[in-house]
Amino acid sequence: MPARAGLWNILTEPLIRQNPVTLQILGICSALAVTTSVATALTMSAALTAVLVMSAAVISLIRRHIPDTIRLIVQIVIVASLVIVIDQILQAYLFEISQRLSVFVSLITTNCLVLGRTESFSRHNPPVRSMVDGLGNGLGYSLVLTLIGSLRELFGAGTLLGWQVLPTVDQGGWFTPLNLMLLAPSAFFLLGGLVWAIRTIMPEQTESLEFLPPDDPEDTK
Amino acid sequence: MADLNPITAWRRLLALPNESRTKTLFMAFLVSAVCALLVSGATVILQPIQTANRAAEQQARLGSLIAGVPGMSELLSQDGGTLSTVVIDLDGGAVADEMTPGTLVAALDDSANWTALTANQDLAGLGQRPDYAQVYFLRGADGELSLALLPVSGTGYNGPIDAILALRADMNTIAGLAVINQSETPGLGARIEEPAWLGQFRGKSVADSSGTVRFAVAKGATGSEYEVDGITGATRTSNGITRMIRFWLGDDGYGPLLDAIKRGEF
Repeated sequence: MPARAGLWNILTEPLIRQNPVTLQILGICSALAVTTSVATALTMSAALTAVLVMSAAVISLIRRHIPDTIRLIVQIVIVASLVIVIDQILQAYLFEISQRLSVFVSLITTNCLVLGRTESFSRHNPPVRSMVDGLGNGLGYSLVLTLIGSLRELFGAGTLLGWQVLPTVDQGGWFTPLNLMLLAPSAFFLLGGLVWAIRTIMPEQTESLEFLPPDDPEDTK
Repeated sequence: MADLNPITAWRRLLALPNESRTKTLFMAFLVSAVCALLVSGATVILQPIQTANRAAEQQARLGSLIAGVPGMSELLSQDGGTLSTVVIDLDGGAVADEMTPGTLVAALDDSANWTALTANQDLAGLGQRPDYAQVYFLRGADGELSLALLPVSGTGYNGPIDAILALRADMNTIAGLAVINQSETPGLGARIEEPAWLGQFRGKSVADSSGTVRFAVAKGATGSEYEVDGITGATRTSNGITRMIRFWLGDDGYGPLLDAIKRGEF
């Protein structure tokens, strides 16, 4: 990324071209776990985006005063505190969904996406740029989660956000729900398919392969 | 020369090189203090809402449990009114004011809140009995108690039986029994779950005019207003049900509560 990209660029880059999930393959664990329905995927996305933006702001504000020796622990403490606050808010105002997200909101703390952005971007950029970067990455993550969540809910239960879209056989319709879609492996397939599709359309994304020496057979396994 | 002006002291601290030990310790302390404040603040402020959410969820779960039990939903819809949950003190037969359905679970983890039963008392084969129980009252539009739903438990042939017994306002007429949990032999004892069998409980009387609990599952066909038909091949299960009802409606069970309700205290 160029050193002084415009704010708009910072915001839109991570949506598809630099998508944290499909390009950098970050935050996969939660992306697999919470995408059984659109509602949980959206809540999780909102929570992660909020944490990302706020932690970017805080860390960017104190970036000149974080001692290098303890920078990781300082970042983690800040991220963890924000996650706890978000989790408490969810439990207070979105109780039913927070029950379904269970431990995955708390696990945003260890989501490599958050630490990745604070460590690589917020520590070197002023607050506004950091927040925009956080927002962009959060939206990129949300995009992937929403897409996978929609597919899984649509084909796994025939619904979207709880609305019956495809009438299932149980209700006298024609659609037989694919139960596999509600299990974790289906998220792997969908995510893999998505990465493949994006890299087919945008071959420049496969440039990450340059980190693997293709001539050395030992490293290609 | 100590500089006591906090602003300049603050500035000097921030101007220290990041790698100095003082600043490292100071930053670590500052960040943890601010974060601790943030986390505790959020927890304390949101606590009441979360507690209310949890209580509401528990209520909804119990509501759906009762409504999902065959027979109970018809009872509820036919009688109308509102369902309330009350924790009662079994010894005194009165509302346990200090307990809520939320704290009951924790209280029952404490063995001090259980009473050991002697062999004579222990009709239902429970060994011990909680001092507090959560019961449900259905009240009509005028606030009059129309139905009491009492959770009961006993011992069958294969294991514990949990059920909810519904009594009419006179506390002597059974409105219904719903088996929530049982592990009796399929096809024999497990037939206690069948609506046809449970349906016989409706309208049976519990005790005679002297107050003695007379209810029983008959051996074979029923002969009186206190009995329901037994299940062939499931004598032990049938006896278990008899003893469960007799225990819980007796003095060691809900007896004091039923007396209090009959006196009009609820």
